[in-house]
Amino acid sequence: MTQMTTRAADREVSFPQADGSRVPYRVFSSQEVYDREQERIYRGPHWSFVALAAEIPNLHDFKSTFIGDTPVVVTRTEDGFSCWVNRCAHRGAIVCREKFGNRADHTCVYHQWNYNANGALQGVPFRRGIKADGKRLTGMAKDFQQENFGLRTLRVADFHGLLFATFSEETPDIEDYLGPEMQPWVERIVKGRDLEYLGCTRQYAHSNWKLYYENVKDPYHASLLHLFHTTFNIFRVGMKARSIPDSRHGLHSIITVTKPEQDADTAAAYQKQSIRSMDSGFTLEDPYLLGQISEFDEDTTNHIQTIFPQLVIQQIHNTLVARQVLPKGPGEFELVFHFFGYADDTPELRELRLLQANLVGPAGYISMEDTEVTELVQDATVRDGDATSFLGMALDAPDEQDTNITESLIRNFWAGYQKVMGY
Amino acid sequence: MGTTTDARPTPDLMLWLEIFETQSRYAHAIDSDDLETWPAFFTEDATYTIVSRENHDRGLPAPILHCRNRAMMRDRVVALRNANIYEEHRYRHSTSGPVILEADGDSVRTETSYIVVRTGQAGDAEVYSAGSYHDTLVRTDAGWRYRERKVIYDTSRVLTLLATPI
Repeated sequence: MTQMTTRAADREVSFPQADGSRVPYRVFSSQEVYDREQERIYRGPHWSFVALAAEIPNLHDFKSTFIGDTPVVVTRTEDGFSCWVNRCAHRGAIVCREKFGNRADHTCVYHQWNYNANGALQGVPFRRGIKADGKRLTGMAKDFQQENFGLRTLRVADFHGLLFATFSEETPDIEDYLGPEMQPWVERIVKGRDLEYLGCTRQYAHSNWKLYYENVKDPYHASLLHLFHTTFNIFRVGMKARSIPDSRHGLHSIITVTKPEQDADTAAAYQKQSIRSMDSGFTLEDPYLLGQISEFDEDTTNHIQTIFPQLVIQQIHNTLVARQVLPKGPGEFELVFHFFGYADDTPELRELRLLQANLVGPAGYISMEDTEVTELVQDATVRDGDATSFLGMALDAPDEQDTNITESLIRNFWAGYQKVMGY
Repeated sequence: MGTTTDARPTPDLMLWLEIFETQSRYAHAIDSDDLETWPAFFTEDATYTIVSRENHDRGLPAPILHCRNRAMMRDRVVALRNANIYEEHRYRHSTSGPVILEADGDSVRTETSYIVVRTGQAGDAEVYSAGSYHDTLVRTDAGWRYRERKVIYDTSRVLTLLATPI
């Protein structure tokens, strides 16, 4: 029995196809895979999204967050931003226990070691001992050098108000990291704009983070799982679509949907194909939340962009969100939706952005199903690690990008993942 | 001993009972999966908002759900019944008595603590949401109705999804 268990645990993760079209279920529940991801992905040469600069607008504002499952703090300093691992250099306790706030320095509660905003150690109680009964009691070890006991600091990149951090010296500059295909789409949302943070919503799923990453690279499911559109006759067949992977490695991607000039009868088009979305005849009494105020050169209704490994940029109608995907173990992740607008929003636009929070997030009309389906996969695959999923939609047309009926972005993701992970 | 109690104005117990009774019927409607009657607890121009305490305390507006009028509440119910897909579940609300913060004739401002236990298909029950209702109720011909109901939840991470209103 013990032998069998050992052998199963030792088995390598094996992707039967290099093109990413078959994914062994083990990657969704294995602790070993999870630990390797923490090392190779989150500690490796990648930029992890940590905050919007607008969340910490004032000097010494800070926010506690994570890179993978490592707790970090990102804070605004005199010369930009600082990000450090939230673990005391002394005995390893969490230093900053608040989610957000404003502090010029941070003190560990355990022995009151004190650090400045850049993570440098600046005070150790009883370092030189104390005098008691005329006797000098010894302090910290003689060869203790304060400058060697700072918090572990990370590189930080500020891309037009999106803050990223990385553990690795090998991570390329953020522009190179985003690359020529993804950068213009990110810039579309943030460049030259003064972002205003509107708050976050948090969602917790009992499933692996990559099932969510698959979901946001999967335009195929949109009209099939999320029946809100079709029920209320909103989704228009014949939308102009894009599904573009980062051709360098497949890890980043963008999906867009743009309304056609002419409306089509959606229900009829779907009915013809016998898809289970026939509950037509329903109309919204107050459809205002489905409006869209023009604000971009091309007013896509959906812009869903993943920047590997923990960011999803979302523009759906007029909602703007930076979603942070935080793994919490092989079978758990947290999803943080950071809502934002622009400082020069008109009151009407701001109101609509907030009203459209109804569309996305944990209670979102067109998103509430997403976390639950990731749990359906998690629950059903946990035992059969060697069995695989099949990602065959548009497999024979790998270069087709003007479609939303494709699984090419997911395949590209897995191809890139295999390389990063050495599988 | 007793000084602070004595200094308070005599509470209007009848009013307190009426508000508590309204809250109880509201919770009962949701807990009985009688969602179609849920909008009827509100005035036509009422707002209903679910927002995290984290955002509320920082003055940040992003909600997880916001209805700007009763029509949007009816839309929400139609969507839940006909469009959205989620695991069947039951809520059980447990609420404190309301605390009346302000009473001005036909308008009352109150706060009430709540816990919602959610039970799924497997019989798995969990404290799904805990927080407080911040309400303004108005007296109508049909009884007390919510004109503003703000659900401020302490449990900042929503487990899986929120379909049924709180």
